[in-house]
Amino acid sequence: MRKTIVYALLTFCSLLFIAPLFWALTTAIKDPTELYLFPPKWLPSVWKFGNFAEAWTVQPFNVFLKNTVIVTVMATLGQLVSCALVAYGFARFEFKGRNFLFLVVLSTMMIPWEVTMIPQYMEFNYLGWINTLKPLIVPAWFGSAYFIFLLRQFILTLPRELDEAATIDGASKMGIFLRIIVPLMGPALILVGVFQMMSCWNDYLGPLIFLNDQSKYTLTLGLAQFKGMFGVDMQSIMAITCLISILPLAVFFFAQRYIVGGIAGTGIKG
Amino acid sequence: MAKLDPAQAGTYTASLKPARKRGRGRVTPYLFVFPWLFGFLAFTLGPLIFSLVISFFDWPIVGQVKFVGFGNYIEMFTQDSLFWKSFGVTVKFAALFVPLNIVVALGLAMLLNQNVRGSAFFRTAFYLPSVISGVALAMIWAWVYSGEYGILNYFLSLVGIDGPDWLNDTRWSLVAMVIASLWGQGAMMLIFLAGLKGIPKDLYESASIDGAGRLRQFRSITIPMLSPTILFNLITSIIAAFQQLTLALVLTGGGPLKSTYFYAMYIYENAFKYFKMGYSAANAWFMFLIVLSLSFLVFKSSAAWVYYEGEIKSGAKAKSGARRRSA
Repeated sequence: MRKTIVYALLTFCSLLFIAPLFWALTTAIKDPTELYLFPPKWLPSVWKFGNFAEAWTVQPFNVFLKNTVIVTVMATLGQLVSCALVAYGFARFEFKGRNFLFLVVLSTMMIPWEVTMIPQYMEFNYLGWINTLKPLIVPAWFGSAYFIFLLRQFILTLPRELDEAATIDGASKMGIFLRIIVPLMGPALILVGVFQMMSCWNDYLGPLIFLNDQSKYTLTLGLAQFKGMFGVDMQSIMAITCLISILPLAVFFFAQRYIVGGIAGTGIKG
Repeated sequence: MAKLDPAQAGTYTASLKPARKRGRGRVTPYLFVFPWLFGFLAFTLGPLIFSLVISFFDWPIVGQVKFVGFGNYIEMFTQDSLFWKSFGVTVKFAALFVPLNIVVALGLAMLLNQNVRGSAFFRTAFYLPSVISGVALAMIWAWVYSGEYGILNYFLSLVGIDGPDWLNDTRWSLVAMVIASLWGQGAMMLIFLAGLKGIPKDLYESASIDGAGRLRQFRSITIPMLSPTILFNLITSIIAAFQQLTLALVLTGGGPLKSTYFYAMYIYENAFKYFKMGYSAANAWFMFLIVLSLSFLVFKSSAAWVYYEGEIKSGAKAKSGARRRSA
């Protein structure tokens, strides 16, 4: 009896979460004549998969895709390299001011982006980086607090005996990092990579502020731009919505194990 | 040999080497943390100080910069009705969103924690909406909320409710924002789920032997054992509520009649629509202080309601230590 209630509730709630996604997907493959009906039709009478290709040409989405891929790849790469190095520094060395600096790392997580956004804009403007992809890439090469914290916690769980054995064998600190620590950091690096990839791909505010020219736009900007356009049918908007969600959804399915464990870990430690 | 002492090796081995190498050894750790240090100075601390400085200036993006002292702050409190309006909208949003977010996320996590078969599938379903972009989320909800052809009002009509025109009705637009935000609660649910899994089963067993019902168990075991997680999620929710911007920009544009004009949107528009950088920075700092003090208050209050398992153990240890010392 209790099990039945639990199942009923789980099913009902999961419908609430899935229904809007499903609705977006079926809208995307509808003929425009079937969009505005009441009661609505859940499934289109003809599945028009051509809608996706058609919607893609409404705006230069190829350009947006290229920009998004550049930003996502470069920023993710930067985040992985920098955060791993910094995390290793905090996890494996004793140095003056270490604890204080690490506290600073953690406290930067509290700063709302609104506070630093204006000076950052002026800074990038001064450097001539506005309307280039640089403001979305370069800062990622200098680490981010949350990922540094995550990786440091992970390195702390690795046995120090490995480092010591390598030291005796004459390995340098960099050698230990590259040959021993990094290969063992696999799961943690995947987690950081996945999080960074998703947040880059999905980011809207960064591109919105730092990019002006359509040739520099990312996918989210392109999608948001639909809002102010006339004569764009709902099925095109939903088609693009679905298309740009493919990557995060796919990444989630492949990395679910790491993501679920990773998020769960933050809560406990936090 | 000191080299083989596990507590020392790896950190102090440098001290056994010749002086020249020791000097390099001292620098090495800083080389590793340098990327963060540089980024912190260039992209966080620098901007933080700079934004505080310009908040005391009349600072248009082009044109004359003028020192105005506390002028910006005085203006926003005394002459700017939009400041009060947008701040009020954000407070209202937070007051609705924060408790609901906790309740929904905890409720779903508890359902998932019933150990029924297929819970991995349901977990994925609940988490799925939180992986897509905020823009995609806003686009989907704009369509779901559509007054005449929206799927939401269709469902409401099935149970005999004549749904409002969600996004164009000042009474419902903010509620619509709250619902759309709750849809992306996935991460919080996962954190709660991990917290629930961390509660030892024998607590529940002995409680039910003592005759405690489910409700009683929830009140006396689940809530106290979960309180550190609740604290974490509470603070995260407050910060998220105050920073909500994408949804307002894409879903409603702040309307209708500014009913969803969030404070973050007001800060954004002052900076990038009206180019009043100084004024916007003053507002951003005000938001920072509000978020900090709210987090601080919640954290302070946590002494009264958050229970750390370690407390009792360390408390007991301290006591026994004191006894030993006195003896």
